Amino acid sequence: MGDILILVESKGGGLEKMTLELIRGAEGLAKELSTGVSAVVVGADTAPLAESAAAYGLNKVYRLEHTLLQGFQPDAWVGALEWLCKEVSPGIFLISHSFVGREVAPRLAYRLNTEATTDCIGLRIDPADKGLIRTKPIYGGNAVAIVKTEGIPQIVTVRKGIFEPAEPAATRSEVVSMAPPLDESLLRVKSLKTVEQEVVELDKANVVIAGGRGIAEKEDFEVLTDFAKALSKTHGRVLIGCSRPVVDKGWMSSDHQVGLTGSMISPDAYVAIGISGAVQHLVGMIRSKKIIAINTDLGCNMFKVADYGVVGDYKEILPALIKKLEE
Amino acid sequence: MKEPKIIVCAKQIPDPEAPFSNVSVNVEKKEVVVDAPDVISPYDENALEAAIRIKEEVGGKITVLSMGRKVSDTVLRKTVAAGADALILLEDAAFERLDSRSIAFVLSSAIKKIGEYDLILTGRQAGDWDSGQVGLILAELLGIPSISLARSIKIKDDSVVVEKLVPVGYEVVEAELPALVTVSNEVGELRYVARTKMMALLRRPISIPKWGTKQLELSVEALNPVQLMELCPPPDMRRECVFIEGASSDEKAGKLAAVFKELR
Repeated sequence: MGDILILVESKGGGLEKMTLELIRGAEGLAKELSTGVSAVVVGADTAPLAESAAAYGLNKVYRLEHTLLQGFQPDAWVGALEWLCKEVSPGIFLISHSFVGREVAPRLAYRLNTEATTDCIGLRIDPADKGLIRTKPIYGGNAVAIVKTEGIPQIVTVRKGIFEPAEPAATRSEVVSMAPPLDESLLRVKSLKTVEQEVVELDKANVVIAGGRGIAEKEDFEVLTDFAKALSKTHGRVLIGCSRPVVDKGWMSSDHQVGLTGSMISPDAYVAIGISGAVQHLVGMIRSKKIIAINTDLGCNMFKVADYGVVGDYKEILPALIKKLEE
Repeated sequence: MKEPKIIVCAKQIPDPEAPFSNVSVNVEKKEVVVDAPDVISPYDENALEAAIRIKEEVGGKITVLSMGRKVSDTVLRKTVAAGADALILLEDAAFERLDSRSIAFVLSSAIKKIGEYDLILTGRQAGDWDSGQVGLILAELLGIPSISLARSIKIKDDSVVVEKLVPVGYEVVEAELPALVTVSNEVGELRYVARTKMMALLRRPISIPKWGTKQLELSVEALNPVQLMELCPPPDMRRECVFIEGASSDEKAGKLAAVFKELR
């Protein structure tokens, strides 16, 4: 059986933490299969990232380099990775459940005549047939499915934070340059421009104050902001989050969204205001150290997972609370 | 250009926002039991909304495709009430719990049977398995360009221009038609459909074709179910909630402030 391959991703010029987590996860599986772990770095200039990856004691680090692989153009990346998989025949291909991974894994799997499993939270080897057994939450997290699929390579995307990040190793990895045969005709989607927006990093907050469907008007987020300001004097960095319906209404940009398709966070405190607690939201904040819920509905889910609850109208509670905090 | 023919793939699922106390797992039957009415998967509703906005701007025809073991036209008729022109149900006992490739294969067969199309829209992922694969695989099967995670979609001449979510903001991309776009919730909620309009539509007989393996000329052997080894209940998320009581909001706020002071 071929090596376990992992897709390297970068952040701020260095290795993305999720990539280090994949390396650790792959090492465990490789031990069970008595095989090695290799990694692939994709881009137009892969040398620096390949060097960083080579410090982790991998079998090989492939540099999949081509001018068309500049940035992330899915058509080019999928084409290049398809070519690489056919060249080096990995037994398993681990990919982060990241922006890149979500797009690459299904398309790549189709082209390699296999089926990917996305957003896995557990991986193990079936002792009987050496297949990769995947654990995946479904129904937003209301159930956990354990599945297998046919086909080689076995391709999965792995949720953030499932494995501890790997530590650098004593042995350096062999770096191998691979030149994929790509041409312009591969690119069927043309990038016109990228508009950078200010993005809040909710995972860096000490406290997140989040509003949901129960917030009556867009303007009411101002009182949440005032609350955040009052709290930030004593509680470190306080940021505003929200549940999906708020983004659907266009009241907040999606970087504020907490949950399955937004941020998954674990702040010191999470204050849920007017959020009933659909499970897709809960999976994004359930690891908060303290959860405080304000809601008019005593029966809502959020109170079932909260440490503290206030049954009442945020329009009355919050202004009074801000006053008390400032006393 | 001519008015675009748009296909929206919409999946019927148990309400993903049902309180978790209404959801249980039957371990033996490997089934999730949801005590709530079925709905259209939320991201697919966003996809339909995007389609309707295109139609409002440049005209066109919207066909909704929905696939499953048993699909309810009562649930799906909402799409017509909101602005879709036609609804086709892909229904067959063999369509139960298929893997993503097989679902995409059935959809591609139906789309080929429909014939002409310019744009296919799907939700970014379904609200039950959250795999986010079918749309992208469908584009591969049909050999057309795919764009994922759209927050806005416009038709311009013979191409589609999409604002696509990226980690730093959004990217504006363009592809020639026909193309497939997966839609995220930033597009906006599906417009409100008045109950009276829904009821009127339910009474009015409209032709809703139902296609199964026979009509699509598919062999059941070509379809692979998900290899589900086990289905488990989720880890318990419950905590013991201390309710902050008080005769007035002011009193509650005072006690809550004390809780925050303790957290420091």
